[in-house]
Amino acid sequence: MSAKSTSVENLFSDMHLDILKELGSMGTAHAATALSKMVNKKVTMPVPRVAWMDFQDVANFVGGPENIIVGILVSLSGNIQGMMMSLMELESAHRIVELVIGTPPPEDTLQFGEMERSVVEEVGNIMLSSYLSSLAGLTNSQIKPSIPYMCVDMANAILSVPASEFGRMADKMLFIESKIDVENIQFSGCFVLVPNLHSFFRILRGLGAE
Amino acid sequence: MSVIIVGMADLNACKSPGVLKTLGLGSCVGIALYDPVAKVAGLAHIMLPDSKAISNNQNHAKFADTALIKLIEAMQKLGAKKISMKAKIAGGAQMFAFNATSESLRVGDRNVEASKKVLREAGIKLIAEETGANFGRTVELYADDGRFLIKAIGQAVRTL
Repeated sequence: MSAKSTSVENLFSDMHLDILKELGSMGTAHAATALSKMVNKKVTMPVPRVAWMDFQDVANFVGGPENIIVGILVSLSGNIQGMMMSLMELESAHRIVELVIGTPPPEDTLQFGEMERSVVEEVGNIMLSSYLSSLAGLTNSQIKPSIPYMCVDMANAILSVPASEFGRMADKMLFIESKIDVENIQFSGCFVLVPNLHSFFRILRGLGAE
Repeated sequence: MSVIIVGMADLNACKSPGVLKTLGLGSCVGIALYDPVAKVAGLAHIMLPDSKAISNNQNHAKFADTALIKLIEAMQKLGAKKISMKAKIAGGAQMFAFNATSESLRVGDRNVEASKKVLREAGIKLIAEETGANFGRTVELYADDGRFLIKAIGQAVRTL
């Protein structure tokens, strides 16, 4: 809908998306190395898809608006402000727990125990940090992420947090798909990056725009 | 009975026996209006408190202030009268346990406050609410009697 689209996302040309794809693959390479150390297994991650995506499409990507997902959020301060979030389906979170501590949480559990919770938070945090350090490098910025915050709930409810933050200037968010393969066990999830307006322009400048 | 899904930053109205439903309200607020005389229901899923504070404000359904005006208009087209309308609201949760006082992280509270304010200004009485806390809510508004169902994961369904 042309009435809904704004100049903000149009400012990103194909060239910028290409650079952001570079960010995606650099971040992914960092994340794979870090994760591999943590689980002491070979971790491979294909080059991720990077796109501007409507929040409703992001919800559909993680199984639909009412699907129960795990969201891990860090707020960003420093030169780039805003938030970044990791999203995965409950099943992927369960598999990660199993991979790291050896036993999966009970099948349909929503309430992760303290141990399980910190495992999921930490894995999400490793991935988020990998992307953020790549972004900091590409844009020559300092980014200070907060501690990770975790929430298990319906996809729409979790996405309402970055959606309302970004909704101030656009109706789409920067989406990075992630796939992880650990010795033939696959997880998938995604990341959304939601810079505030000021930081958005800093990212653009850092990517060689203007 | 037809169910109309109201998306995020969207609104819709219907006549009895229709149902309006919105999925997974987090920090957003569902504003439900009902005219029991005309049996017309309206539901808005707002994301932000105030259209005037923001440049990207073309979508009227996104903001509490502009959404309420559009919602009343949509219901009037179906025969509802503003004087008969009553309101119920749900949502406005704080999904993540931030202790930060940052404005954007308090958006749930601010959406609730703004929804109440615009209802008061429009002279529409708020007769029930379930807001705040830290969980998502799916809501359904029934145009036959105005009942407002709230569903949250792992909790019993509540009727307002």
